[in-house]
Amino acid sequence: MPTAAPIPTASPAGTAIRLRGVAKTFGKGENAVPALRGVDLDIPAGELTLLVGPSGCGKTTLISILAGLLSRDSGELAVFGRDLGELRRDALAAWRRDNVGFIFQQFNLVPQLSVAENVSVPLVLKGESVGAAVRKAHELLATLGLEGRGKSAPLKLSGGQQQRVAIARALIHDPRLLVCDEPTSALDAELGRRVMTLIRDRSRRPDRAVVVVTHDDRIFHLADSIAHMNDGVVDRISRGEHDSQPHQSL
Amino acid sequence: MFRFAIKMLFGDSAKFYGILLGLGFASLLIAQQASIFVGLMSRTFAFIGEVGHVDLWVFDPTQSYVDEPKPLRATALERVRGVTGVDWAAPLYKGLLVATLPDGSRKVCDVVGIDDDTLAGGPAEIVAGSLADLRLPDAVMVEVGSSQQQLLFPAQLAPGAVPAPGQVFDPKGPKRSVEIGDIIELNERRARVVGLVKCAETFVAAPTVYTTYSRAITYAPPSRRVMSAVLVKASPEVDPMALAQRIKDETGLEALQPHDYSMRTLGYWMRETGIPINFGIAIALGFFVGVAIAGQMFYNFTLDNLRYFGAFKAMGASTWRLLGMVALQALVAGVLGLGLGLGAVSAFGLNAAGGKLAFKMLWQIPLIAAGAVLVICVLASMISMWKVVRLDPADVFKGP
Repeated sequence: MPTAAPIPTASPAGTAIRLRGVAKTFGKGENAVPALRGVDLDIPAGELTLLVGPSGCGKTTLISILAGLLSRDSGELAVFGRDLGELRRDALAAWRRDNVGFIFQQFNLVPQLSVAENVSVPLVLKGESVGAAVRKAHELLATLGLEGRGKSAPLKLSGGQQQRVAIARALIHDPRLLVCDEPTSALDAELGRRVMTLIRDRSRRPDRAVVVVTHDDRIFHLADSIAHMNDGVVDRISRGEHDSQPHQSL
Repeated sequence: MFRFAIKMLFGDSAKFYGILLGLGFASLLIAQQASIFVGLMSRTFAFIGEVGHVDLWVFDPTQSYVDEPKPLRATALERVRGVTGVDWAAPLYKGLLVATLPDGSRKVCDVVGIDDDTLAGGPAEIVAGSLADLRLPDAVMVEVGSSQQQLLFPAQLAPGAVPAPGQVFDPKGPKRSVEIGDIIELNERRARVVGLVKCAETFVAAPTVYTTYSRAITYAPPSRRVMSAVLVKASPEVDPMALAQRIKDETGLEALQPHDYSMRTLGYWMRETGIPINFGIAIALGFFVGVAIAGQMFYNFTLDNLRYFGAFKAMGASTWRLLGMVALQALVAGVLGLGLGLGAVSAFGLNAAGGKLAFKMLWQIPLIAAGAVLVICVLASMISMWKVVRLDPADVFKGP
């Protein structure tokens, strides 16, 4: 299995996620499809990292592995120093619950729950009471410009508002790792920029990291680093211009 | 998360009401058909229950059910009375005879002849008149009940009046119910109504007419064997079961306690007729309709929510927690559907009470319906749970 040489990154806060020779193949025998062929990558802490590349290059597989949703076949993976491979299924679920925030491409907001209830889910999963979690959700929604919308049904909101609800849900339990899948695909350029700015601002702590899978080149300039994937490997890392100034809120 | 599970269930109103209707309809069909079946079967031995204060029924050993005409010789009474431990024994006549009413119409009646001396075996509920009046000449007591079990007289004929010579009544004209003093003919012999009684609905659905045993056998077609059964009261210190065995041994007749006789009658109808099979098919149909409608709806409901369950799983919800959510949704839908169905059956039963429709909801029937709904919910949720267990949280990153 081909492995690329480690690609060093420069990060003052250190490495949040370290991958060495991570490989994953789906199917067996003649039907085997290698998705990752030995990924070497360091994702810096306190930064926003984009994963880009053509469709089918392994971005989704890679993001699933580093978020603890998928197991690797071989290689090494440490997320904030923790080897996820040594965790059993329930322990892995608990680790995700405590450490990872997700922003899905399709938002996955439950239409039968209110906006605030959707946002409160990670806290409820951590054992907080629904009442307290919903109160915190209302407060967070207010900081994201959704004051007074907590009781609304998610489907009554615009695409941009739904995306902000999804962001609130990903951030409410203050996760160390934020994993985003095409967060701007449904948004216009301006809204996409503002969403990404918000996400990037959240990464600016030494014990945090944000990884975004995207095809949207309109947001490339906001990244601290961009990992270019091709045919199951990271073949290049480019570092963007750092902008540590807080951005205008949404 | 369980609160959210309930909100997810109630929030998808189209599917929720579909599941509710499916489960409600299934439990309705199961409980209603079972209640009608029990009601119908109870009527087969209702007469045995009407005859109170009796320890044993003695009858022909080949008789399968209470209405089967297998009469005994008159000597059977004395033979039974001769058995040690018998406190008293009374003859009973029971047979279908044709009654002719003043307007010329005819109606089959279930004539019961009870012991002249003790009047043992009399009706359980007397509406008007006195049982002792049966000792008057030509006296009969007639059932007033549902329309099927009632003798109806022309409305223009006053109670107790005899039609004038040549007076003709329109058979389709207005009717009134039987009253004390009315005259009927039983097998072309005069009978005068001296009392009105209420009886349990029977399988025969013919009005019951009580009279004395000696008079009943004059109404009945002449035969050497007319006695339907001997009613026996055991002496206070005698065990009825032991006495029944002694009567069997000494007389060669069958002797059973009322409950056992009822079960023998019930057993005949259960074994020899297609009634249980027909009702069983209807009940099974209710179950399968429930599985088909509610199960399918619930499965679709879970499928629709699978992406959200996937998101929850990705966010750290354990598989057990998600299974608990699905189980809770199934349980809530099941309880509400069952309540809806049983409520409808109860309303149906209350509406049917006292009417011609046989309906008897034993306490076991709601439990059976609950069990069936539970099985439907378990089946539906198990299939749904399988999808949740197999759900790969990484699927949430796949496209729409």
